Amino acid sequence: MSGQLSRRRFMVYSLAASTLTVAAPIGCDTAKADGTARRGEGARRPSDVVVTGTDEEMLVLEVTTANKVVVRLPRAEVGQGITTAVAMMIAEELDARIEDVQIPLADARSKGNQFTGGSNSVSSLYGPARALAATARARLVTAAAKRWNLPPRTLRTRDTKVVGPDGRTATFGSLSADAARIRRPAVSSRPKPASRHRVIGKPTTRIDARDIVTGKAKYAGDLAVADAKPTVVARPPTLLGKVVSVDDRAARAMPGVRAVVRVPGGVAVVADTFHHAFKAEKALRITWAPGPLAALSDAAIRSRLRTAVPRFGTPPTGSTQVAGEFEFAFVSHAPMEVLTAVADVRAGSAEIWFSSQSPQEARDSIAAAVGLPASKVRVHVVRGGGSFGRRLNYDAAIEAALISKKARRPVKLMWSRADDVRHGRMRPASHHRIRASVQRGRVVAFEHAMASVNESYGAAQEQGQSAQGGVSTTPVAWAGRAPAAGPLPSDSGLYNFGRISGNSGGVGLAMPLGAWRSVDSGTMRTAEEIVVDEVARSLGRDPVAFRRATLRSKAVRAVLDKVASAGRWGRTLPTGHAQGVAVHEEYGSCVACLVEIDATNRKEPRVTRVVMAADVGTAVNPRGLQAQLMGAATDGISTVLRAGLHIDRGAVRESSYADFRYARQRHAPTHFEAHIMPSRQDPGGAGELGVPAAAGAVANAYARATGTRPRRFPIDF
Amino acid sequence: MPSYSFVLNGKPVTVEAPSDMPLLWVLRDLLGVTGPKYGCGVGVCRACTSHLDGEEIQPCLVPVADCAGRGVTTIEGLADGDRLHPVQQAWLDCDVAQCGFCQPGQIMAAVALLKKTSRPTDADIDGIENVCRCGTYSRIREAIKKVAATAGTADDEGPGRTGTHTV
Repeated sequence: MSGQLSRRRFMVYSLAASTLTVAAPIGCDTAKADGTARRGEGARRPSDVVVTGTDEEMLVLEVTTANKVVVRLPRAEVGQGITTAVAMMIAEELDARIEDVQIPLADARSKGNQFTGGSNSVSSLYGPARALAATARARLVTAAAKRWNLPPRTLRTRDTKVVGPDGRTATFGSLSADAARIRRPAVSSRPKPASRHRVIGKPTTRIDARDIVTGKAKYAGDLAVADAKPTVVARPPTLLGKVVSVDDRAARAMPGVRAVVRVPGGVAVVADTFHHAFKAEKALRITWAPGPLAALSDAAIRSRLRTAVPRFGTPPTGSTQVAGEFEFAFVSHAPMEVLTAVADVRAGSAEIWFSSQSPQEARDSIAAAVGLPASKVRVHVVRGGGSFGRRLNYDAAIEAALISKKARRPVKLMWSRADDVRHGRMRPASHHRIRASVQRGRVVAFEHAMASVNESYGAAQEQGQSAQGGVSTTPVAWAGRAPAAGPLPSDSGLYNFGRISGNSGGVGLAMPLGAWRSVDSGTMRTAEEIVVDEVARSLGRDPVAFRRATLRSKAVRAVLDKVASAGRWGRTLPTGHAQGVAVHEEYGSCVACLVEIDATNRKEPRVTRVVMAADVGTAVNPRGLQAQLMGAATDGISTVLRAGLHIDRGAVRESSYADFRYARQRHAPTHFEAHIMPSRQDPGGAGELGVPAAAGAVANAYARATGTRPRRFPIDF
Repeated sequence: MPSYSFVLNGKPVTVEAPSDMPLLWVLRDLLGVTGPKYGCGVGVCRACTSHLDGEEIQPCLVPVADCAGRGVTTIEGLADGDRLHPVQQAWLDCDVAQCGFCQPGQIMAAVALLKKTSRPTDADIDGIENVCRCGTYSRIREAIKKVAATAGTADDEGPGRTGTHTV
């Protein structure tokens, strides 16, 4: 499972402040946290030295005099529940009430790891956050002991207070100033052993749940930034089409219109309300030049992908083959909150508010786009209404900054839903050729060759610039992929399949793509799990029994066993119904999924039951983890059965949830359960984990219910 | 510019707006009421779902002129002060939300459904069209059933009940 995080000591520093403020560097566990070595960190001194100056690369904890514990989190909250998980870690080690712990999102910093992706937030923060809080607790206890003149070991902590042996109490807030002057705590500042955890591992409701259900939770579009006017952009009919000419006289004459400016992506209208902005946008008369893919449609893209798949070598002599070719369509991220960014660009500085998984890169790109030094650009990270990888890219933020600069005023840019679906980004389409070679009842070789569309602008670099709003898109596309890349699925050795090999090709196209939850695993591992079922069938073996016999890892076998028993694998079902199963291992975690499908009507199959089991090491918040698995199940149902994008002559055909058919309530299972395996291991990743297993299980259930071999996804497209 | 008066979450309001301006933008851009969300603008995603005289509406489709003299309830008007509506409480108890963006609309749709039928079947719940891109559907179903199981209070719409706003 995951690494030996807890055996490492996380250095914690005191920051000079009038209230207790401690800091721990994140990303010490370099390989896991951000993949970059942190040389030079050794120059810092450990905890008995007061560090002044920058806290930029630190996770910083402050105890306020109002008895609140505040940790500014260098991550994005987009629904995955990281703020709740971190609040739990802090509450655990401080013995604070979770309602006294506040986790605002940090502005973009100039250093450190502020990247949210690759399902690594919990695993990268688990050590530092606990070390930080444990250190703060030790100082608070020491401060109370001094104040009361009592032996520190006689003091306890609970409910954001220090408690004396006689029952007297002092709130952390009341001790904070004294604790700030403690150099050497008189009690241990080591985190608790897991056996004493009372918060970590306890199912906990999101810390922002009440704000959400009362409508108080603020997203970028809800912010009241002074004078930031609603702004929309008229976009081309084709992907990356260009403005040839624009007649904006009628639009400018309309009431409530403040500005009309050209940007690389189209023509922006700034108005008093979004109603006025949309109306004026429709009144623009624009002549468009077609985008670079205007001659291209799905059939041609599929054919080019097929051709780009590397050839297999010769199979082992004497073996027979079970093989399949699989195609996956483009898929929109389509987060509920469309891309939205508030920008206020002035002559010498800029301020931007939006939800970002990569705010540091965003700040640098925005600075370059508007011609300011990065130090003059402030990026405020706002909670996001979903992401699924979409907010790794910051297209809208750059665009908003360019519009603000040109219009010389603050703007609140919102992409329409049609903009979001028709102009990207999207999960790349891919083609997979998988071949299992079987000899004497065993798989002796397993090959997976694939090709996917790459975002590539080639000579038409200028076209590419419009995709990201004015600066090169290529590094951003990579930003989404690189950190999420674990071992390639075919290299992961999930099964004892003899010689395992993988090879990939690509088709470069000028279109806006992006990492989509679970990245390549969402297609590659899904296709592999379908082939595993087909191998089992060819050998006359049961899909669960065959996996049990060939899986390499005990942990994966355990989650498979869990879903098989909890989901009553093999139970009798009516004709047209079937069960399907699949497993996946990634991010130091593993998962199994069992689904039941009703495919009596093949055109409208319904997944009726989903049973999942996951081993993610220590599950900080089991309720949050179950939510992530539930979301992954819905993603699997959607991408396998219903939801994809067509490309027609260089344009995305779909334009809303009416035709990009992500699951609704009537497509979701009426029964869902998720089992969390007990573990003392440090946390692995979980946010993306469930997607390949869920997608594979849905495809396998559909195949068993219908007697077909699904090859092209989504099936109903 | 014409002006329109209606009761919003129990309080009378008057706005100057073009007659065809959708209620969604009147709420968000003129009145600063941001609980109803834009997700599509064409009545498909239903993230803006609110109530007009107690009936479910999608404010992105309803022109402000149609609201004159009537009662509008958004997610902000559902709770009775600090006392949450039973559907909001069930949402908390089941920890339904993930990103939370669609949830004001989901809650308003659930309240409307429970008003029509206090013990909705799975088929009734399947009829809710609101998109949740995080895929929280199973917990939405669980929360609605939880309210139905303790029914009797679910048709109370909180402080929106004033003036012309019939519930």
